[in-house]
Amino acid sequence: MASDSEEDFVVYGTPLEPLDEDEPLKKPIPLHEQTVKDEKGRYQRFHGAFTGGFSAGYFNTVGSKEGWTPSTFISSRQQKAENHNARPEDFMDEEDFSEHGIAPSQITTSQEFSSGCRDEVREKTRAVISQMALIPGDNLLEELITPARLSIGVELLRRMGWKEGQGIGPRVKRKLRQRQKEGGARVYSCALPHIGSEGSEDDDDEEFAPENVTFAPVDVTPVDFSPRSGVQGLGYRGLNPGLALLGHGAAEHINLFNPESETRSQLFGNAQKTSRKGRISGQAFGVGALEDNDDDVYHKDSMTRYDTVLGGEEPGDGLYGWTAPQQYNNRRDTSKALSYLGKIPEGFTVALKHTKEKMIFPPPVLPPDFRPVHGFHPSLLGTTAVSPALRQALATSRGHMVKEEPQQGGRHQLDSSQRRALLGEDVLHSSSSVMELLRPEDRQRLYNLHNDSKTTSAKCQNAIHPSGSVTRSTVVSLTQPLPQSCSTPSSSLQEDSLASWRGVQSSTHTFRPFVKNPSKQARYEQFLSRLKHGDKDAVEQSLDPGMTEWERSRERDEFVRASILYQPTSSSLSSRFTVAQHQEDDDAVEVCRDEEGAVDNKQAAVKMKMFGKLTREMFEWHPDKLLCKRFNVPDAYPGSGVVGLPKVKRDKFSVFNFLNVTESREMTAPLKPPEMRKKSRWDVSEQEELDKEDELPTSASTASPNSISDQTQAQKRKEDDKEEQQKEEEEEEEVVVSRPPMDLFKAIFASSDDDSSSSEVESEEEDTKEGEGKNDLHPLNLFNVPSTSVTSSITSCSSQKTVVFSQTSMQEEFGPSLPPPSARGGATSHYSSSTEDKQRKKNKEKKVKKKEGKHKKDKKKKKQKKHKHKEKHQKKSKEEESSDEDSEGHVSTEELLKRLKSIP
Amino acid sequence: MAFPQPKPQAPQLPQHLLRTINCQQGAVRAVRFNADGNYLLSCGSDKSLKLWGVSRGTLLKTYSGHGYEVLDADGSYDNSQLCSCSSDKSVILWDVASGQVIRKLRGHAGKVNCVQFNEEATVILSGSIDGTVRCWDTRSRRFEPIQVLDEAKDGISSVKVVQHELLTGSVDGRVRRYDLRMGQLHVDFINSPITCVCFSQDGQCTLSSSLDSVVRLLDKSTGEMLGEYTGHKMKSYKLDCCLSSKDTHVLSCSEDGHVYCWDLVEGSLSLKLPVGKAVVQSLSFHPTETCLLTSMEGCVQVWAAEPEETQDEVTMAT
Repeated sequence: MASDSEEDFVVYGTPLEPLDEDEPLKKPIPLHEQTVKDEKGRYQRFHGAFTGGFSAGYFNTVGSKEGWTPSTFISSRQQKAENHNARPEDFMDEEDFSEHGIAPSQITTSQEFSSGCRDEVREKTRAVISQMALIPGDNLLEELITPARLSIGVELLRRMGWKEGQGIGPRVKRKLRQRQKEGGARVYSCALPHIGSEGSEDDDDEEFAPENVTFAPVDVTPVDFSPRSGVQGLGYRGLNPGLALLGHGAAEHINLFNPESETRSQLFGNAQKTSRKGRISGQAFGVGALEDNDDDVYHKDSMTRYDTVLGGEEPGDGLYGWTAPQQYNNRRDTSKALSYLGKIPEGFTVALKHTKEKMIFPPPVLPPDFRPVHGFHPSLLGTTAVSPALRQALATSRGHMVKEEPQQGGRHQLDSSQRRALLGEDVLHSSSSVMELLRPEDRQRLYNLHNDSKTTSAKCQNAIHPSGSVTRSTVVSLTQPLPQSCSTPSSSLQEDSLASWRGVQSSTHTFRPFVKNPSKQARYEQFLSRLKHGDKDAVEQSLDPGMTEWERSRERDEFVRASILYQPTSSSLSSRFTVAQHQEDDDAVEVCRDEEGAVDNKQAAVKMKMFGKLTREMFEWHPDKLLCKRFNVPDAYPGSGVVGLPKVKRDKFSVFNFLNVTESREMTAPLKPPEMRKKSRWDVSEQEELDKEDELPTSASTASPNSISDQTQAQKRKEDDKEEQQKEEEEEEEVVVSRPPMDLFKAIFASSDDDSSSSEVESEEEDTKEGEGKNDLHPLNLFNVPSTSVTSSITSCSSQKTVVFSQTSMQEEFGPSLPPPSARGGATSHYSSSTEDKQRKKNKEKKVKKKEGKHKKDKKKKKQKKHKHKEKHQKKSKEEESSDEDSEGHVSTEELLKRLKSIP
Repeated sequence: MAFPQPKPQAPQLPQHLLRTINCQQGAVRAVRFNADGNYLLSCGSDKSLKLWGVSRGTLLKTYSGHGYEVLDADGSYDNSQLCSCSSDKSVILWDVASGQVIRKLRGHAGKVNCVQFNEEATVILSGSIDGTVRCWDTRSRRFEPIQVLDEAKDGISSVKVVQHELLTGSVDGRVRRYDLRMGQLHVDFINSPITCVCFSQDGQCTLSSSLDSVVRLLDKSTGEMLGEYTGHKMKSYKLDCCLSSKDTHVLSCSEDGHVYCWDLVEGSLSLKLPVGKAVVQSLSFHPTETCLLTSMEGCVQVWAAEPEETQDEVTMAT
């Protein structure tokens, strides 16, 4: 096999010896040790080129130690010396006779034999010559001995589809070729013949040539560079048989200027056409007595045909005397396609015009005294009172803080005030506030209410205040939708913001929170600029007077909040940061577009074994593009950027997003303690939704007095709840860190026992008796969320649901478990048992004491510990272990229970 | 002149125990045939994956690199690669010949229950207890999955791939079929945690076993139930089920130490194969012949229709 594959290769030369990796590299031989040996192994000393090259023989004595002995010496005593002619070979070394010597003695095919045999041009000449020869068929003998050898170039060309007589190069259209042929009207010196088989093609069938047929280019006879071998002078050509024999040579003088083309064409093409006269005529022969045309014997070339000025007149072909092959020197413009050497791809042609070169202007010349440092005008820096250090920093980081003009959005982004400004309408002054529509007594009543709320909010504000800016911002977010009530906190906040923004350089505008609303952003910037100037009424002045009271108050809060949140950092620091390109929309969350249908119907269907339409659901699902590619299927939704189930944005704070069915909420409500209900997240979400509604500007602006009063009542209620809310909010934030109270979980998850899932039914069937005893325990299961709870909230919710309500066994919570590695007490218990065995035992125990299974996490830890432990002592008997485990597990659960109960 | 077709033989069942291989790798969590059925893979609870020759029961290679017990494995169509998944949350792509880890794919949040190559072994699909199926690209060096299928609301217990369709069984009691060509997701509600799902060989049906001790044969296109196979016991463990190579029978593991074999059409129990006393954990049917692999505890059993001549000498592995 290996030898076969080796035989496939053709090996040239002698392979190098394989390098041994461990062998050190050979040292190069020093110069004085390098010797030259002839083929017989004799040393040859080099004398130097001028002293005779290599030494000959022994110390330059050729042959023997005695010296040079002529090999031809024969003693005349024994034998008469023959007359011996010295040949050149006698004086030559044996190396000279070798293959590469000056007189190789081996028989090789010589050039004369090898070359001309298949050359059609030469064949034709030879044929003609043989015809012309005195003895016709003279060279017949020559043709008999034709060595069948071609040069490798010809061989290769033939393999590529070349045929003799064709030119080499890309195939051309007929027209082009024609033109090419006609081109050489006026050629000096080396005009090339129009010859060959193509030449014999008729010209008149030109119009029948189809469009898509291409032809090989005309063969080109290379310029003959062979040296003159004869003793004749330059330009001598012997008796031209065509001229001499065909008899019309005398008619025209041998044209010096176009000699070859004429003679050759006569040779090959036109020879047959002309009538053979069979007379010898020509210059060399003089004019015969019988010949008429003796007028032109002593032809004189007119001097006009010679160049009289050296290099004066340019021939016009742009070649300046360079005699390229004809193909290239005629009609350069039209035959540009040919000047392109490479293969022109299909559908492309060579451009007739050159593309305009790109004008590159040089950069402007810098004045000699230019310094690449930007200096600021002193008036700019002098206006504000900033420290020199800050000024320095500003000067360096100026580029980062260029104030951008608020970008104008499209028509739809404009708000009413902008549109009004565009249309040139007047500001409506009539009822900027809804309060003005109210009757005075109602207004008074509202005002009282408002004052009450103020005090409460102030209280809460004071309570929260010391806890830092983060909580402050949350407070603001909570109080934000309440229009009037927040004047106290907001005023205090205003002071904060005023303090922080005062004296800040006007150009340090780093964050633009209201980019989406340009006018709002403009107002905000105005507000900031006023803040910077230390204006106390900055907010009030910068607000839009055309807005409603509610809108204004909302915006006021927003501005203050934003100004605090995005306090100017020290300018050197702020220059290092840029604003994020995309702001996340915080108020929405992505949920699946297609919700799964109700589970109850399906369960019923499964019970009735009516699989099919009732249990099947079909969703649109978008596979990843790459996944389609890997599976060799076309993309089902080309161009859609969605992957997975299509999502839609929903309100983040709606619990509806996370619940499939909500009808059964009322059923579970009585189970909950009433005070829990107030605190539950459910209420929070309602609140949030209310807020959302409030935030809609249309609803607020077009609100009737009734709704206003409702609103204020709602505000009141909200204010009552506010503290609790705040607490809850904080708690929610801390959920990650600390354990939330049980009530919260209960409230959340008890509200959604709607999908009392399949496992509930099962488990009830399985263990109905343990059902009641566990009710007090199941909140504990909330901590049994898998330790690796990276899963989405949905899945975790659902799994918790199953835990709480279905009271399923532990395996179902984690999916079906794996069977034990060996049977209990079986003979095959010798290999290392793992947790499964225990798990199985635990399952058994669970039947007895279901409580235990609930404390999965602790158990798991125990198990792992146990596992390690076990690996150490594999020989330990199983019974012991299990008993150990039982006791340990038992204790641990009890401890855990205690601990959990101690948690408020 | 065509001869009449010979009367079709009654489908044979693998009822003769050819050999028992003691794998010496703890409990055998899964046993799988390779693509042509000449080799078998056993996933051990001692973190090792072993490759055996089926005909002689010789151990060919041990693949070690998992950090916890190996739960499932699959071989590529050209037998050049293996993939395996483990409780250590990782999926490993192995080179068969060298036994080296080509790629270790991490990303699952929990133990990985099942793993499967697609037909051209360009994608590895792994289903985990974290409720996701992750599609890993074996062609690129990306360490993130191509796509995460997180539609399941509970752990994935089984994944199968045939051509352009993925079938997943989840503990939330649903069988999901992702049709890549159509871009659709079909969800069949079974109402009991699914332990194993299979495509039939003709690709028209899906088989799913669930913890209510029922194996159901559903029509793939409509979701209608074509058959229901009961009698075995599958209450708490994740056990396998499968179809025979010619779709004539449905086989399922059972917790009572038997492999149950039902006639697909009639639904009647045609064979109750006693494997041992413990739980039959995994089984795998030969892709073409009547040959069955079962695993119980630490041993793998090879069953065939005809008893071997040298049946008496039960080859024990070293």
